[in-house]
Amino acid sequence: MLSKRLIACLDVRDGNLAKSVRFVDTKDIGDPVAKAREYYDDGLDELVFYDITASSEKRRIILDVVEAVAEQVFIPLSVGGGVRSVADATDLRLAGAEKINVNTAAVERPMLIAECAEAIGSQNVVLSMDIRKVGVAPEFPSGYEIVVRGGRTPTGIDALAWTREGERLGAGELVVNSIDADGTRDGYELHLTRTISEAVRIPVIASGGAGVPDHLYDVLTDGKADAALVASMVHYGDYTVSGLKRHLDGRGVKMRMSW
Amino acid sequence: MTVIVDYDAGNLRSVQRACAEVGTAAAITSDPVEVRRADRVIFPGVGAAGSAMRSLAARGLDRALVDVMRGGTPVLGICLGLQISLDHSEENDQDTLGLVAGEVRRFALSDPALKVPHMGWNAVRVVRGHPLLAHVEPGDEFYFVHAYYPVPEDERSVRAVADYEGRFCCALGVGNYFATQFHPEKSGRVGLRLIENFVRWDGRDA
Repeated sequence: MLSKRLIACLDVRDGNLAKSVRFVDTKDIGDPVAKAREYYDDGLDELVFYDITASSEKRRIILDVVEAVAEQVFIPLSVGGGVRSVADATDLRLAGAEKINVNTAAVERPMLIAECAEAIGSQNVVLSMDIRKVGVAPEFPSGYEIVVRGGRTPTGIDALAWTREGERLGAGELVVNSIDADGTRDGYELHLTRTISEAVRIPVIASGGAGVPDHLYDVLTDGKADAALVASMVHYGDYTVSGLKRHLDGRGVKMRMSW
Repeated sequence: MTVIVDYDAGNLRSVQRACAEVGTAAAITSDPVEVRRADRVIFPGVGAAGSAMRSLAARGLDRALVDVMRGGTPVLGICLGLQISLDHSEENDQDTLGLVAGEVRRFALSDPALKVPHMGWNAVRVVRGHPLLAHVEPGDEFYFVHAYYPVPEDERSVRAVADYEGRFCCALGVGNYFATQFHPEKSGRVGLRLIENFVRWDGRDA
């Protein structure tokens, strides 16, 4: 059987690793290449880079970071932030990314998902969704809304409807990022994660809110996630990748325990 | 020279980087002459069987691969490279290279919680030893991304299996040919070690 995956997310801004709290006030915490290597050596299953500046003149920075990491880290690398076209996706793939995350640009132009799936294979297209709780309403049957532009802009789109549309268009995997939980360290949004996981047949990565190891346990069991994404927990040295995996393994979650 | 066969089937640089990491400079080529001349051939690939076969044929690489297999050159197939080395694939109902007798089938799973493609880390169990798997310990996991799996005719060619609602062949070896359904280039140290074993392999199956 497949193991559950532990994924670390590195937000990269101008070549440095940044961590946001509820998507505002980012502060730099170090060199992304060194961090990637450290986590790889410690048993990480997959890495995600998020380019949080992503302005066109700075595209080169993320490409250089991905290239440097791909030379020394031999696990799947996923990259997102500012991917607007198949050309952006192809550039990142050539630099060494396995999977490409699309987010805002896909909401604005859903065919981007289909075009990327055609060009690089469905399994390599990750639809990343920033989601906030709005309560059940006629326009939001799931009670959750998709937001874009780093969580700042509401779209009026129901999160579950968008999930199904993304799967239909060819997304191979989903990142469910709760804006409400992001950076709080109070735990993942379990109800949201489970709702989405039960609605699709592609893997779901839970994101936003992890503070203690049991939060990962909760989302990989109750939340029905296939993978848990962490950032602050490991970036500041509070927990290690191997320590988190040992904790989950000890509680009976199937994890990759030799590396 | 070690060559990586390029036939428009995915990004080959991760395989090239993994070779570099174990100390081998591998060249990416779509030239059948270079493939025939190589000391060692890596045949990777992701994508669909139909377009892969057309792309190989258009470049004359299909015949070059048959030649190197018969000539005894060590060959490592990865993922789609493994699948199209068999006789036939359910994917696009495509006849494939026929280097190894057998076919490729799509996962047909009864448990709705199991997702296709089979994507992620899964334990690989060696069932019949091979020099390329000499380092693999019980419980070692490799990284997989695939919706189809190989079913070789000769059970003796099955070298390792993985479990996804039943066992399937994830590594096969016949003479100078060895192939994996998983991606050693994305499987951390245990994967790099397999590639290292390949670049030192004399092509003999014992």
